Amino acid sequence: MKNVLNRAVGHRLFWPLVMLAALLLINVIAVPGFLSITVNSEGHLFGSIIDILRNGAPTLIIAVGMTLVIATRGIDLSVGSVCAIAGAVASSMILASPTPNNVGTVTGALLTALVLSLGLGLANGLLVAGLGIQPIISTLILMTAGRGIAMLITEGQIITVNSVPFAFLGSGFILGVPVATVAGVLIFALAALLTRRTAMGLLIEAVGINPEASRQAGVRARGLKFSVYALCALLAGIAGLILTSNQTAADANNTGLFIELDAILAVVIGGTSLAGGRYSLAGTLVGALIIQTLVTTVYTVGIPPIATMVFKAAVVTAVCLLQSPTTAAALERWRSRLATRHLQGVAAKAGAAR
Amino acid sequence: MTTLSASLTPRRLLDRVVDVFTSPKSGPVLVTAILFLLMYVGGGLRYHGFFAGQVVLNLLIDNAYLIVLAVGMTFVILTGGIDLSVGAVVALSTIIAARLLQLGWSPGVVIVLILIITSLLGLLVGLMIQVFKVQPFIATLAAMFLSRGLCYIIAKESITISNPFFKAMANIRISLGYRLSITPSVVIALVVLVIAVWVLQYTRFGRTTYAIGGGEQSGMLMGLPTARTKVLVYVISGFCSGLAGVLFSFYTLSGYALSAVGTEMDAIAAVVIGGTLLTGGYGFVLGSALGVLVLGLIQTVISFEGTLSSWWTKIFIGALLLVFIILQKVLTSRRT
Repeated sequence: MKNVLNRAVGHRLFWPLVMLAALLLINVIAVPGFLSITVNSEGHLFGSIIDILRNGAPTLIIAVGMTLVIATRGIDLSVGSVCAIAGAVASSMILASPTPNNVGTVTGALLTALVLSLGLGLANGLLVAGLGIQPIISTLILMTAGRGIAMLITEGQIITVNSVPFAFLGSGFILGVPVATVAGVLIFALAALLTRRTAMGLLIEAVGINPEASRQAGVRARGLKFSVYALCALLAGIAGLILTSNQTAADANNTGLFIELDAILAVVIGGTSLAGGRYSLAGTLVGALIIQTLVTTVYTVGIPPIATMVFKAAVVTAVCLLQSPTTAAALERWRSRLATRHLQGVAAKAGAAR
Repeated sequence: MTTLSASLTPRRLLDRVVDVFTSPKSGPVLVTAILFLLMYVGGGLRYHGFFAGQVVLNLLIDNAYLIVLAVGMTFVILTGGIDLSVGAVVALSTIIAARLLQLGWSPGVVIVLILIITSLLGLLVGLMIQVFKVQPFIATLAAMFLSRGLCYIIAKESITISNPFFKAMANIRISLGYRLSITPSVVIALVVLVIAVWVLQYTRFGRTTYAIGGGEQSGMLMGLPTARTKVLVYVISGFCSGLAGVLFSFYTLSGYALSAVGTEMDAIAAVVIGGTLLTGGYGFVLGSALGVLVLGLIQTVISFEGTLSSWWTKIFIGALLLVFIILQKVLTSRRT
């Protein structure tokens, strides 16, 4: 029993899960019915938990791509801008079309947006893998220029879209579960299958741990880097479409603003090192849930909006400090001291008995 | 440069020049300097009045705070770290200044207090990174959230600064001859720059900073005080952010929670353009200052262009940055 506990505490997802449970607990105390899920007359699931799963989906989708990018020792700052571009392209195409409620129109718009996102990802990949420019600066370029491109597409306006098929993406349900959640789960599962059931994950980690050594061992580092940046941008495009559909409007300035920071945060809280190498998709999932629960907590507990950022800083700091090897070592010392004291006590008793 | 021996053939000279340009140490800085000059000349040929000396001085006046930020950022990046909190700390400093001056505090006390607060924040970040092994990106991201959050708690609205000393610092012009002048902020920024160059090139602390970026383990095994140095670079970055915040409030004469959003990216871009490797170990603080001037020059070109709408400005900045970085990469790449 004790052994199991020790192993649980030592697991790298232990503290993130504790933090997630603590946040949920705070919510349950503030709102007793927090965990309840209701089914309405149309068979759709409703409840705060469902909200977390739906609103957290875009961050999760991006964080999955970001995990793979970070595992290759890279980073992608441009995802927020790609979100905005994807949303802007799809919205303006639907708006320009005479038949905005036609499924074909919407599908065409979505595919165009996704192809464009993929292209932007390839551009990032070209700078990072092709030219060998530092990832943070390569993607910073698209981060800056991308908002401009999105504004160019929307001509500086906020485009409101009234299209039933498009709205389905952000607020529809499949078998009672929100579409965004289904998309998030599918993408997460696909990524996990693709990288963990094949050698791909291993190769990505190899590139992240030592690019030169893995290249000499025959790993096609360049192609792998290209693919992860392309994939990350594609996923950012999907997330951008969900966000835009959910708001029923494309806002070039604010769609996906700071989502790159949230995604990176989710990845790191989940235990993946920014130095590259080993990564954990399960950790990223927990990280993304923590971040979304954090946002929800602010509303349910009624933390004043002006203190939101401070609260976020406190939670992030707490998770990082708890996960720190220094803290683990201190805990270990404390436990072993307790154990010794216990043993000494037993020995003393035995001595007295003799 | 080393003295050229008489036996030097043009061929050898070319080789030596190529060596200088492709060395990771000096290559990027030199290329940045050349590209800066090209861009300046290009702008001068294209736009009327671009060659006026005051245009260059205005680069310094408008970017004095960014130079100070880039100096602090250089220290951090040289150790292989990064500081994302600088923009938020600038905003926090402006808002503390504006609020306390509004309450009637004396400017001297306010400025000293800001520098102490921001240095302490840097110390906390440094301890988090060194003692608790939190990754710099995340530790400074937390500091960024904290600083922005504190901004909102202090004041949500923009506060105008009407203190006579701050106003004087904003309006005084130090004349440098016929129709040429700079502000006191420029002098402060240049002094900070000179001190940073001295610290990095001529002190043991500076050497240790480079050593950490080159290989922390090796530095530690050589008996260098890596732990202390690593914490101190974040204190320096915090101090510089505070000072930059003070300069920024001289410049804008207001404190606002949403000011300087994204400035951390400008500072990082300036440092990288200036030839410092994000992995640490290589780079010069003068290069970072040059990087700031490049960013400033891009802005100046855009303002001379005049009729660009706000989205074209963003695209243009991105495109120029792209051209610049690709050129820098191509020109410094080693022959194979």
